[in-house]
Amino acid sequence: MKYRNRPQRGLNRLKNKGAWVGCGGESWLFPPSLQKGVGTIATDSQSIRPKRRRSWLIHLFPLPALAIYLVFLVYPIFSAFVYSLYDWQGIKRGAFIGLKNFATLFTVEPFNEMFWNALSHNVLYFVVEMVVQNGIGFMLAFFIYRKIRGAGFLKIAYFMPRLLSVIVIGFLWKLIFNPNYGALNSVLTSVGLADWAKPWLGDPDTALMAIILVNCWFGVGFAMLIFLAGLQSIPEELIEAARLDGARGLTMLWRIILPLCMPSITIMTVFTFIQAFEAFELVYAMQGSMGEPFYSTDTLAVYFYRMAFGGSGGAGETALGLGSALAVVLFIIVASVSAISVYLMRKREVQH
Amino acid sequence: MKTSMGGKAVQYVVAYLFMLVALYPIVLMVASSFKTNMEIFTSPLSLPKAFSFETYQKLWEVVPFADFLWNSIFVSLMSVLLITIFSAMAAFYLARFSFKWTAALYFVFLLGLMIPVKLGIVPLFLLMKSLSLLNSLWSLILIYTASGIPVAVFILTGFFRTLPVELEEAARIDGCNNFQVFWRVLLPLIRPALATVVIINFIHAWNDFFFPLIFIQEDTLKTIPVGMMVLFGEYETDWSLLFAGLTLSALPMIGVFLMASKQFMEGLTAGAVK
Repeated sequence: MKYRNRPQRGLNRLKNKGAWVGCGGESWLFPPSLQKGVGTIATDSQSIRPKRRRSWLIHLFPLPALAIYLVFLVYPIFSAFVYSLYDWQGIKRGAFIGLKNFATLFTVEPFNEMFWNALSHNVLYFVVEMVVQNGIGFMLAFFIYRKIRGAGFLKIAYFMPRLLSVIVIGFLWKLIFNPNYGALNSVLTSVGLADWAKPWLGDPDTALMAIILVNCWFGVGFAMLIFLAGLQSIPEELIEAARLDGARGLTMLWRIILPLCMPSITIMTVFTFIQAFEAFELVYAMQGSMGEPFYSTDTLAVYFYRMAFGGSGGAGETALGLGSALAVVLFIIVASVSAISVYLMRKREVQH
Repeated sequence: MKTSMGGKAVQYVVAYLFMLVALYPIVLMVASSFKTNMEIFTSPLSLPKAFSFETYQKLWEVVPFADFLWNSIFVSLMSVLLITIFSAMAAFYLARFSFKWTAALYFVFLLGLMIPVKLGIVPLFLLMKSLSLLNSLWSLILIYTASGIPVAVFILTGFFRTLPVELEEAARIDGCNNFQVFWRVLLPLIRPALATVVIINFIHAWNDFFFPLIFIQEDTLKTIPVGMMVLFGEYETDWSLLFAGLTLSALPMIGVFLMASKQFMEGLTAGAVK
């Protein structure tokens, strides 16, 4: 050690050591949350015991984050629960009415009909995204995983739509879907499929599907990246061993690769579910807050928006109470699935 | 793995076909913004005959686009800054100290991963109203900060825990206090994780339109996404102008992405905990 006598020696040496560890730690970034390290649980011996250099000032560190988080995230959600138990006239809170808002939501026309209608669209949203977006996403990831020329460029291209604001995407596709001047019908006409041209967003039979497919277009690059990370985390030896045992082509994909990709598939399923049940922006941008035409593109979040702010949609005066009740129902659906995902992720943390 | 020539060919055709599907609408958007309305309506698929920037000039005149741009920049940068600093401080506390309540506090932050923020919009609206923050960019900054904190704390705490404890001990022996250990020693080492946090939250804040839609009424205070709603509301038939607006909205983000595409893709998937 050349600098033995420098007072900073200890720090410098350890800084270097730390830098080295830091470099090693970077590999967790990719493959992402699917691999070790995102939140490795520290063993107790790793944390600093508070007895040394105890200073009350350290307790100030988490306070700003905690305060903002509690006031602007926890409090509003908690309040929504409370709101749902009251009768509301406009934005004036009335009497405590228990679960009556929930009863109305599920049993009184047209609220119940509107609810089930919207819910069925959310379910369709989820199913189609799972099949189309995640199916294609996995296929593209698999192509890149098996080496393809221009992989770097392809990844960027697939991912590009994900960067645009959903409102920009909604407006852009609205122009593309336009029955008179839109690019889609022009493309169909130019390849001799003029019969297929139709007002995609104006027809209740195609409007919802059109929106969901746009959402798939938006999300496919992200799904591809998640699956690619999953594929790349499969140890080479396993693939090699399976090959020596005679696994080929589809057998290899189906029996070896897919099961080994289960963590990334699980995570992507959870994301897709949450996204499908929170679907709002795209519908709002393309079809407005009424889920036009004739509520054929309505989703729970759009219905919620209408009750909270729109006032239309048959909600009338009790909109805020009903809206809050709907928010609670949506919260329970989404939070329970998110809880599963957090649980799965923490479990994985511990394993590594 | 070995593949047959035919299989390989199919793979290439499909992969590049999807590249076209992904990029074509974006190319169409940019190309159309240089066309006249007549050109868009008569030959929607062709490339523009001449590049004209007239539409962009008009766009600049009919909507306060410079304001939208500035508001977007201010809101995104400010919320990213607050999220990063506050979350790093909290994560440092959670990862490097163990008091009786540390585990519980971490759990409280983790709960935030499960909260769909938008569902609290009504109470949030009333809260902002009582704080007189409606029609203020700070309403957006505060809500983006709040909703970004749980994921950031989760990522950063995990990363802080991977740093060896000897490092911190050495720093303390050398006379660093808590703040110096945090700021001088540990923070520089978690830069990769900070980059992830910055990227996720920047994209989120830049692209969000739900909260400005509800909190901001004043045109000059709108961010780019809601600014586009103004444009689409008032100039419904001027497609050239609409495409120009969309292009200009998408451009900054695409530009930043192309400069650091690797970091973006890694960051977004790494932060995919939510």
